[in-house]
Amino acid sequence: MAIPISYNIRNLIVRKTTTLMTGAGIAMTVAVLLAVLGLVSGLQSAFDSSGDPLHVLVLRKGGNSELTSLLTQEQFQIVKNFPGISVGKDGQPMASLEIVTVINLPNVENPEGSNVTLRGVSSRGVAMRKLTMIAGRPFAAGQREVMVGKSIAKRYPATQLGKQLRFGRGLWTVVGIMDGGGSSIDSEIFADGPQVAGDYNRPDTYSSALLQATDEVSAAALPKALESDRRLNVSVMSEKDYYTAQTAVSSAPIKFLGFFVCIVMAVGSCFAAMNTMYAAVARRAKEVGTLRILGFTQGSILISFLLESLLLSLLGGLIACVVVLPLNSITTGVGNFVTFSETSFNIHIGPEVMVIGLAFSLILGAVGGLLPARQAARKEILTALREV
Amino acid sequence: MFRYFSLAFKNVFRNKRRSVLTISSIAVSLCLFGVLIAMYHALFLSQPTPGQALRLVIRHKVSLAQVIPFADEAKVRALPGVKEISVWNWFGGTYKNNREAKNFFARFGVEPAPFLTIRTDMKMPDDQRKAFVTDRTGCIISKDLAKNLDLKLGDRVVLKGDIYPYDLNMKIVGIFDDPDATTSLFFNWEYLRDLIPVGRRSLISTLAVLADSTEDSPKIAKAVDAMFAESPYPTKTESEGQFALSFVSFLGNIKLFLLIICAAVTFTILLVSGNTMAMSVRERIKEVGVLKTLGFNNDAILGMIVGEAICISLIGGAIGLLIASFLVVGVGKAAGGTIPQLHDLSVTPFTVMIALGLAFVVGVVSSFIPAWNAAKTNILDSLRYAG
Repeated sequence: MAIPISYNIRNLIVRKTTTLMTGAGIAMTVAVLLAVLGLVSGLQSAFDSSGDPLHVLVLRKGGNSELTSLLTQEQFQIVKNFPGISVGKDGQPMASLEIVTVINLPNVENPEGSNVTLRGVSSRGVAMRKLTMIAGRPFAAGQREVMVGKSIAKRYPATQLGKQLRFGRGLWTVVGIMDGGGSSIDSEIFADGPQVAGDYNRPDTYSSALLQATDEVSAAALPKALESDRRLNVSVMSEKDYYTAQTAVSSAPIKFLGFFVCIVMAVGSCFAAMNTMYAAVARRAKEVGTLRILGFTQGSILISFLLESLLLSLLGGLIACVVVLPLNSITTGVGNFVTFSETSFNIHIGPEVMVIGLAFSLILGAVGGLLPARQAARKEILTALREV
Repeated sequence: MFRYFSLAFKNVFRNKRRSVLTISSIAVSLCLFGVLIAMYHALFLSQPTPGQALRLVIRHKVSLAQVIPFADEAKVRALPGVKEISVWNWFGGTYKNNREAKNFFARFGVEPAPFLTIRTDMKMPDDQRKAFVTDRTGCIISKDLAKNLDLKLGDRVVLKGDIYPYDLNMKIVGIFDDPDATTSLFFNWEYLRDLIPVGRRSLISTLAVLADSTEDSPKIAKAVDAMFAESPYPTKTESEGQFALSFVSFLGNIKLFLLIICAAVTFTILLVSGNTMAMSVRERIKEVGVLKTLGFNNDAILGMIVGEAICISLIGGAIGLLIASFLVVGVGKAAGGTIPQLHDLSVTPFTVMIALGLAFVVGVVSSFIPAWNAAKTNILDSLRYAG
């Protein structure tokens, strides 16, 4: 027969200081895990929502980053007329030759400045992307004007509407703020392609080309067709794949440091939980003896103490979930050595992350509670009753 | 308090299992704390080596991805306090493939003769130095890199270009040992320059400067930036240490991340330790009554309990640091690929001080309230206490 769970709950309530302190210790460990998972999940969703399944990215042969890629006007003229590229209302192919570089802007967290991607595009390039203007207007062709992603506008005071940025060969006015729906566009600055190319002394060598395929079949076929064209010498991939590859690189340092910390803290918390449970077992030796006399089996006592440990750690897990909730609104950024620039993203601690956190806390409870519970179950009835 | 130290120390082992568990818990947490503080120290607080303090890096003000004219070199050389200057040109490229982490390492094109002067801490045999200066397609690599990639003198290294779309095929003419360049390859900039079309040859990514003295370094930095402020290529001049840090800051706000985790760890240890002390004091109230009957005063009892807690947390701290000193080697190796400053991570006296200091504070803070309560309880009540 099982010992009622209310017995355990009451026990935890009676020893409320110890319960709360042990719970809080477990909560800290789980909170660190949740924060790391929240960072990784936020970063993941930033990259997942980047890239259109119909978009195909053309880079220099062997290139794995737009920043280190080179594509000439001449190559672009060949690329844009390939079959399978959809045609706009004006009869021109939906293809955009773009120049990508980085500029350094000071932000709130880092006054020394962080690198931000600057993308020189045509109006066609803007039209091909799913973006809406939140404020201001798009940049005008042939002007030193930029529009900035909404995460950039939020994190970099220098990019407020109407302000001027100095890069290339002059001052660029911020004329608009754009919303890329959580995609990497939110972390980029867009400006007129030819103007950027001119300022950077690269009128012929841009960085990459973005193509919009007519349908999924051509989107899948385009890379092969373009790569096998001997005039071009390019590497081609779907825009989705390009961003998926970046997720891994960007989240690696966070994951490494974060999980290292979590594992070590978990070991510490297990010891702490074990301590609390051993004390609980020691204090209730007489009770355990009484329970045995009443006919509860060793198994049910083992389960009862284990359950108590699980309840304790679950409490810790729940505290952690509440504690980390405010992190959800924070926007932060990480850089990677592929794009050499920062990607801004929102920390995202959603239900899936919380379930993992709670499961983690239960594991801590189980590991910490098993030995003490076993000790309680194995007590000799008579000795247990005689203990003070 | 110290009079009763032996009694406090004995009390540590009265409940062996609890003490072992508490000590382990504190040890694990302080081990983590130690590793994090060691990282923090290595990244943000370490003193520059004598050579580093003399070296400056000049780059474009806007970002590393932008170029500055080679002509700047002669102008900077003419400034007072500048001992030597060399092109320090970043070359991206791919070695073999990008799948293995060991294939990522820094590659710079330099002017061999001035470069060798600038790297004051670089150790390399004279014949290899000579070979690097004379062999236009020669390159030199660090000792660690040679080991990681299993390369030796005379081997060929091929770098596939990306930003510079030219492949470099070079012979290893030297293997050096330099504490500030543990995973780097340096090659002759002229080799790369001659591959670039004439119109773009005059642009480079960075310049490295050696100052006459440490006093000159900040003056040179200021003078250089002022000189080019209004040119089409404004510059930013930083010490070698700052320059290296700008790469780290770029991976995200690591400083804040480390501090937050350290705070979380500290808080956790406080909870664990406080909890244990509270449990152990509660068990012992009767004993405290007996001690008082024997004539021990409140202060002695307070001191004894606090002393016991300090003992436990210091033992935990010492064990934690011992584990940390082994752990940092592995962490350093793993993180050193991306963040060179962490390559030779070690538990420094600074780290030991901070960690043991924290252990001491934890001992005092965690035990003070239970000890105070125990000391204050009146003799009769405590003797009557059932536990």
